[in-house]
Amino acid sequence: MAETLGTSPGPEGFRTSPGPEGFRPVEGSRLVEGLRTYRLIAGMWVRSSMTYRTSFAVTVLGNLLVTGLDFATILLMFSQVDTLGGWSLPEIALLYGLSATAFGIADLLLGSMDVLGGRIRDGSFDTLLVRPAPVLAQVGADRFALRRLGRITQAVAVLGYALAAVDVDWTVAKVLLVPVMVISGAAIFCALFVAGAAFQFVAQDAAEVQNAFTYGGTTLLQYPPTVFGRDLVRAVTFLVPLAFVNWVPASYVLGRPYPLELPQWTAFAPPLVAAGYCALAGLAWRAGLRSYRSTGS
Amino acid sequence: MTEQAFIEVDQVEKVFDVRRKTGFLKRERREVRAVDSISFTVARGEMVGYIGPNGAGKSTTIKMLTGILTPSAGRLRVAGIDPSQERTRLAHRIGVVFGQRTTLWWDLPLIDSYKLMHRMYRIPDARYRENLDRLVELLDLRDLLDSPVRQLSLGQRMRGDIAAALLHDPEVLYLDEPTIGLDVVSKVRVREFLKEVNAERGTTVLLTTHDLQDIEQLCSRVMVIDHGRLMYDGPLAGLHEAGESERTLVVDLEREVPPIDAPAPARVVKVDGPRQWLAFPASESAAPLVARIAAEYPLVDLSVREPDIEAVIAKMYAERAGA
Repeated sequence: MAETLGTSPGPEGFRTSPGPEGFRPVEGSRLVEGLRTYRLIAGMWVRSSMTYRTSFAVTVLGNLLVTGLDFATILLMFSQVDTLGGWSLPEIALLYGLSATAFGIADLLLGSMDVLGGRIRDGSFDTLLVRPAPVLAQVGADRFALRRLGRITQAVAVLGYALAAVDVDWTVAKVLLVPVMVISGAAIFCALFVAGAAFQFVAQDAAEVQNAFTYGGTTLLQYPPTVFGRDLVRAVTFLVPLAFVNWVPASYVLGRPYPLELPQWTAFAPPLVAAGYCALAGLAWRAGLRSYRSTGS
Repeated sequence: MTEQAFIEVDQVEKVFDVRRKTGFLKRERREVRAVDSISFTVARGEMVGYIGPNGAGKSTTIKMLTGILTPSAGRLRVAGIDPSQERTRLAHRIGVVFGQRTTLWWDLPLIDSYKLMHRMYRIPDARYRENLDRLVELLDLRDLLDSPVRQLSLGQRMRGDIAAALLHDPEVLYLDEPTIGLDVVSKVRVREFLKEVNAERGTTVLLTTHDLQDIEQLCSRVMVIDHGRLMYDGPLAGLHEAGESERTLVVDLEREVPPIDAPAPARVVKVDGPRQWLAFPASESAAPLVARIAAEYPLVDLSVREPDIEAVIAKMYAERAGA
């Protein structure tokens, strides 16, 4: 029997015997490995949700409806006023579309990271740690849900309307800035999700704190900075760099004064801010995971 | 079996800082030694039972051996790998089954979970098919492969989980309460299977359990842990001596008589009509005692009861607590 399985090691010891280590061919970088893991796990969740097709269809529709109502609130306001904090409806729609699209992408990719606290509490987090795959990718793909496409669909529709309706002299720089804003914004929100998840290693019931920053953040960004107090705008610019998702770069596109009188070049800073913030979130994640592995709670 | 240590644990400690709320914003900090300077080695191919009461440090030890937790002090090696330093490298070489947490995909057919393992562990196709066939046969999973996991019974799911942990040919299998909650038939099946895998592949098995039958039927060696310390490490039989356990001689007499005057240390522990119970050290032979009773009393029938390990361990704990 042992012959058929072929791994029975001789008394010489295991180091020389062809063991399961032979299963580890060229592993790519951690990033490649992470993306591979993410794809595998996310795929399983998609197939899981497809076993309940009706439920899936209903939630996608519900999602679309609820997020649709979100923008309807803004439309309702504009039925009473012409400008909000000095911004017109298409301009607000641009803020909304940029922020909601960026957030929607991040929410689709990492939106379920808030279940981490629960997994730590019920002990199922440990089962992820005995797999030969990056933990961040496994947690990121946890409960991956395609129904979140509903939010993105609605956000892209608003963004499309805004881009068509705003009164802007489009230059090459302005046109290029739009996708840059969406991608950088998504990265900033992703970093927020990861940082929030890292915090759950310390406080397992902190999912709501995370939601305050992510969902709260995107709601905040749907309104112009001019309607908020200076201190809040400062916090959202320097502490949690949400202002770089849309406020600052969109001000450049719309030819409006920058919040906090920031210098002109800051409109092009979002990729840098996103990269820096992602690095910080990565460090926070590592620190959180290290603390979990030393405390087990 | 080779003498080379496959698992090496050398004076390993795990200390947790426990913070307790004692008032508004006030926290009391306390150090808890979950594992207190434990040392042992396990050779390749051994099957070892790891037992102890809840909170004794069993799970903490397993978590350190699988790389989930980092030890506070001491040296730890599994297959030559430091688990906490090279968690993912180690993951390819170990299989882990947590009795109360399934790693199978709830809403998907059982086979889908195995396909995921295939890809996640990068198991070569031929090896995967070979292993899957063998595991499906041994664990009788053929008819379950296409059923969603949520429809499986607890016993079926446990078998499914064990198969999932073995697809990548791990050299060591950790089982945390593998028979918990299973019915008798399922328990027997799981034990049979583990014996088979151990014999067939030489897989080293370390299992924690509350069911001492698991140990009796599977493990040549048992380790007992309590309050983070290793209390006993050796063959199951030796556990009786370590616990200074007693056997019981049950005698049926023709009629009611006063308690038998037995030579110390044997003594009567219970009398019920013509039946009397005598306790005597497990390490001594019953023959002289039986001979004496037969000579002096109207003996009708007798039986000797072996101590159950549960009682032995309980006594061991009690003695330690009293010491």
